[in-house]
Amino acid sequence: MDTIETHNFDVLIIGAGGAGLRAAVEAHALGAKTAIVCKSLLGKAHTVMAEGGVAAALGNVWPEDNWKVHFRDTMRGGKMLNNWRMAQLHAQEAPDRVMELEDWGALFDRTPDGRILQRDFGGHRYARLAHVGDRTGLELLRTLQHRSVDQNVEVFMECKIFRLLQDENGNVNGALGLWRENGKFVAFGAKSVVICSGGVGKIWKITSNSWESTADGQALALWAGADLIDMEFVQFHPTGMVWPPSARGLLVTEGVRGDGGVLKNKEGERFMFNYIPPFYAKETADTTEEGDQWYENKKDFRRPPELLPRDEVARAINSEIKAGRGSPHGGVYLDICSRRSPEDIKRRLPSMYHQFKELADVDITKEPMEIGPTCHYIMGGIKVDADTAATSVPGLFAAGEAAGGMHGSNRLGGNSLSDLLVFGKRAGEYAARYAMEQAKEPQINMSLVSDHTKKALSTFERENGITPYQLHHELQDTMQPLVGIIRTESELLEAKEKLAVLKEKLQQVAVEGNRQFNPGWHMALDLESMFDVAMCTTASAVERKESRGGHTRNDYPQSDPEYFGKINMVTSRGDDGNINLRQEPLPEMPGELKVLFEEGK
Amino acid sequence: MSVENTQPQVGDDTQQKQVTLKIWRGDASGGKFVDYTLDYLDGEVVLDAVHRVQSEQAPDLGVRWNCKAGKCGSCSSEINGKPSLMCMTRMSTLDLEEPITVSPMRTFPIIKDLVTDVSFNFEVAKKIPALQPKPREKDGTYRMSQIDIDRGQEFRKCIECFLCQNVCHVIRDHEENKPNFAGPRFLMRIAELEMHPLDTLDRRRYAFDVMGVGYCNITKCCTEVCPEHIHITDNAIIPLKERVVDVRFDPVAWLGRTILRRPKPTSSEEVIKLTPAGRSANTPS
Repeated sequence: MDTIETHNFDVLIIGAGGAGLRAAVEAHALGAKTAIVCKSLLGKAHTVMAEGGVAAALGNVWPEDNWKVHFRDTMRGGKMLNNWRMAQLHAQEAPDRVMELEDWGALFDRTPDGRILQRDFGGHRYARLAHVGDRTGLELLRTLQHRSVDQNVEVFMECKIFRLLQDENGNVNGALGLWRENGKFVAFGAKSVVICSGGVGKIWKITSNSWESTADGQALALWAGADLIDMEFVQFHPTGMVWPPSARGLLVTEGVRGDGGVLKNKEGERFMFNYIPPFYAKETADTTEEGDQWYENKKDFRRPPELLPRDEVARAINSEIKAGRGSPHGGVYLDICSRRSPEDIKRRLPSMYHQFKELADVDITKEPMEIGPTCHYIMGGIKVDADTAATSVPGLFAAGEAAGGMHGSNRLGGNSLSDLLVFGKRAGEYAARYAMEQAKEPQINMSLVSDHTKKALSTFERENGITPYQLHHELQDTMQPLVGIIRTESELLEAKEKLAVLKEKLQQVAVEGNRQFNPGWHMALDLESMFDVAMCTTASAVERKESRGGHTRNDYPQSDPEYFGKINMVTSRGDDGNINLRQEPLPEMPGELKVLFEEGK
Repeated sequence: MSVENTQPQVGDDTQQKQVTLKIWRGDASGGKFVDYTLDYLDGEVVLDAVHRVQSEQAPDLGVRWNCKAGKCGSCSSEINGKPSLMCMTRMSTLDLEEPITVSPMRTFPIIKDLVTDVSFNFEVAKKIPALQPKPREKDGTYRMSQIDIDRGQEFRKCIECFLCQNVCHVIRDHEENKPNFAGPRFLMRIAELEMHPLDTLDRRRYAFDVMGVGYCNITKCCTEVCPEHIHITDNAIIPLKERVVDVRFDPVAWLGRTILRRPKPTSSEEVIKLTPAGRSANTPS
């Protein structure tokens, strides 16, 4: 084979979203020779799509807020399936992680006395989300991007990593990638590798995720022998655009509801009042009058049900549409125009105004938006140690959406940006420490490299096969209806069978053209990741015979606190290449934290 | 069932409308426009049409994109000659009777098809001196008034699509200017740092000597193409030029006016310590 380009680092970070950049900044600061490799250009990662804010108990708007309240909200939002230690660290450290962004140039919206302003979001007891209008993700990403560039962190752009490299003991010691620009291969030797590659949304048809969210990191970890956890929990964000077709799935920020927007069916009814679950009844307004007063007076009134956690709202919208009370394009209405002045809307939600105006020709200051659920986030992910972000494979770390456990069965809005800051930093720190403990330089296993590169090129040799786009559509057409918001045993089993059949078709995928910037070829490689991860999700979903958070079973509509409420589904890859599943007991919360839930406060 | 053979439904008075995209195909060695004809679908943006070409007719068509919502700035191109984001250009706003040309940004070297080598921008970004924040307040916070950060927030809406860089005639047709001119996006970044309430560094001389703010002759082409509608020229570059004039040509007037303005606690001595590499390591702590 041709000689291959190689690079050596202490710490290699896969992914340049918020988690990856934060990890890189930390590893570099500790003196590790650090590099980031990302599939797109720097600064384009999916983090830019986060709109509403970053959750942190700063207490700037409500001094009553503190980490314990945030911790409790997060656990309750996750229906108590969260890894308690991750949720604790997250709530404790988020304020510092947000504040330090200001040292690096971030400009959050301000309170009248000049501190960071915080906004309301679903499931958060107090206004807690530091934000910049409705483009908080961009602010966070750009700030971390500038910081990495200022610190001279090395960045390899437009490079897809398609295999991790391991030494004879199975320790991860590098990664194999290809340059999208010219299709040539590149091998990175690294003493430790951090996976920060984000989500899996492209497995579903209606999604807010970009082309990059193809489950790469989850699959890389799986193939290297790491465990995935809670993969059945997929968040369908309640409010995605439904029209025009090309914009279907595009995110409409929860900030619209946080700022007073309400959900209505075609009869004009604020239907969320019909869907308040007993679990949240105590803290949710049951009349429109009370709900409306809450925006101004949070002490004496309860929050409106539009601000229930995302899983509840998504299910309610789904039910309204199924009952025939939907909008013309198959969604429901999200109305802010009758609730706030045009000036207010434009100031607080500028990019939503822009997005609807330009893409749908809808002026949200004059008419309601049509919205419906869209696949947004996966709570499950690579199983990691809470404190160190280490996976079960030595040398391999993971943070951000790619890692699992933190959010339990459902993530609260605003907790993803704080998650990636808190655990991005931790992953960078512990990956750097691990790297510095390694005495010898990583030795790249060239025969492994040769096998994998040969396999990656095989799609060019086939003729008359199917295109990768075709197979991708078939995958999405399977997952969307069968492993979507509402699930049932027979459909899940059907999906399982179909996936097995479709996966065989991977051997028939043929790619046209040459290796130079060839999206078809890249898609063919992405498909391998998506299939294995889709299988993990489906297998876990079959096994979890209850409804909880981002996993709703028609055939088991109730949650089962006695059994499944104490179980994590763990998937891994067996030696035969098949997906294995085992149940593991949920780590038990220590007494001093349990108290927070017993008080009912 | 084949879609093409479907008869129009009762009530439709038109056949399925067709559109033609003329997409530039090629690489650094050369290329040409290739016509692709496809069905017109209601509500599509140009990027959707390009994706359908890719998925149905030209699987190896090179095109960058990410968010498809005008938030990441990846799908910059020239549509009928106008620098635009493909994801934010609705097909219905174009003349569909004529072929729609889609070509790569002209200012940057071609990699393949619609993909250009934008590394120039990332190199310039590396040269910008980092924020040097003043100390925090005693309570550990930074205090900034909303009114003092409004302008900075406007600049930070930038999605780095580089359309302003592409359209700026200082570099569009003058490769030789690239080493001496940062382009609108990065002049705006300098302006943002200059106006940042926490920053303690003076970048005015740097803006002139290294970033070449003097090259800009305020034709406002950058502002016109900005998909975020940032007033790049009026709010960033012109104020930056004014500040630079202060420090470059009239030190006495500069001193007087600086005393009257919000103080910038830096001396010109510190400014000169900046090397052209401009890394934070060279700046005073």
